[in-house]
Amino acid sequence: MIFQVKVFVTPKGGILDPQGRAVEHSLKSLGFAQVDGVRVGKFIALNVEAASGAEARQVVTRMCEQLLANTVIEDYRFEVGDG
Amino acid sequence: MKWGVVSFPGSLDDRDALFALRDVLGQDAISLWHKDETLDGVECVVLPGGFSYGDYLRTGAIARFAPIMQSVARFAADGGLVIGICNGFQILCEAHLLPGALTRNRSLSFVCDWVTLRVDNSKTAFTRAARDGELLRLPIKHGEGLYVAPEDDLRAMEERGQVILRYVDESGRDSDESNPNGSMHAIAGVANERFNVFGLMPHPEHAVEPMLGGDDGLRLFRSIIESAS
Repeated sequence: MIFQVKVFVTPKGGILDPQGRAVEHSLKSLGFAQVDGVRVGKFIALNVEAASGAEARQVVTRMCEQLLANTVIEDYRFEVGDG
Repeated sequence: MKWGVVSFPGSLDDRDALFALRDVLGQDAISLWHKDETLDGVECVVLPGGFSYGDYLRTGAIARFAPIMQSVARFAADGGLVIGICNGFQILCEAHLLPGALTRNRSLSFVCDWVTLRVDNSKTAFTRAARDGELLRLPIKHGEGLYVAPEDDLRAMEERGQVILRYVDESGRDSDESNPNGSMHAIAGVANERFNVFGLMPHPEHAVEPMLGGDDGLRLFRSIIESAS
């Protein structure tokens, strides 16, 4: 089965995120005074062939650990669609 | 001494590194291709600056999986000397041969400038020709040079003396103004725990003749030559 996967990679809490800070500053200067805690990350879409949803999740976890995220500075999470 | 300079697709400073080693220092330096699987008996590996694989995903993230990097990792595990400059530093962090990571400059802008650096550990193979506290002038040119690591790791690295070079002002003090990219602890260069792998954002290979604006880069290369002999 082919599973559609969405991977979200974001800077770890406590790690400096200059892009997030710049975007937050811009939003505030546009008048969105209520905004806080902006973090800029990456969204990666991919298809995975696997026998089950559990297997797809296992494979994607390995992809994230090895390449898609640098776990020293980034957190990741993902959503696996219906096969 | 035999050196190997690795070229990845997108490397820029491999030729300058070869020029510094061969023409200025009279060393036996060979070019290594990213698809090579052996290091051809070199005694020090140089990972040069540039934009390997277009900096896609993260700087150094793809280069880390080039065939030659497996040999570099084995070479480092056996105690071989490895120096990563700029993009080479980023690759070494991605390969977990050095702690921490390099991310977007605090300013979000590419910086191209000369900086003053303080040698904070001169007992390493990469700095033995310098003195503790000595100031060096080297150029920088990078968009992703902000060094980050978890605070606990940084504390342990500082205690072990792994922070080799720090951005400082002309009087040798580190301050917010003298930090060109927002690196934590003003870190410009770090070594691994065994002190045989070293990464730095400044470019010693661009500072090897007075005509280029300075020759302080020779201090680092000469340290390595001294260590090998």
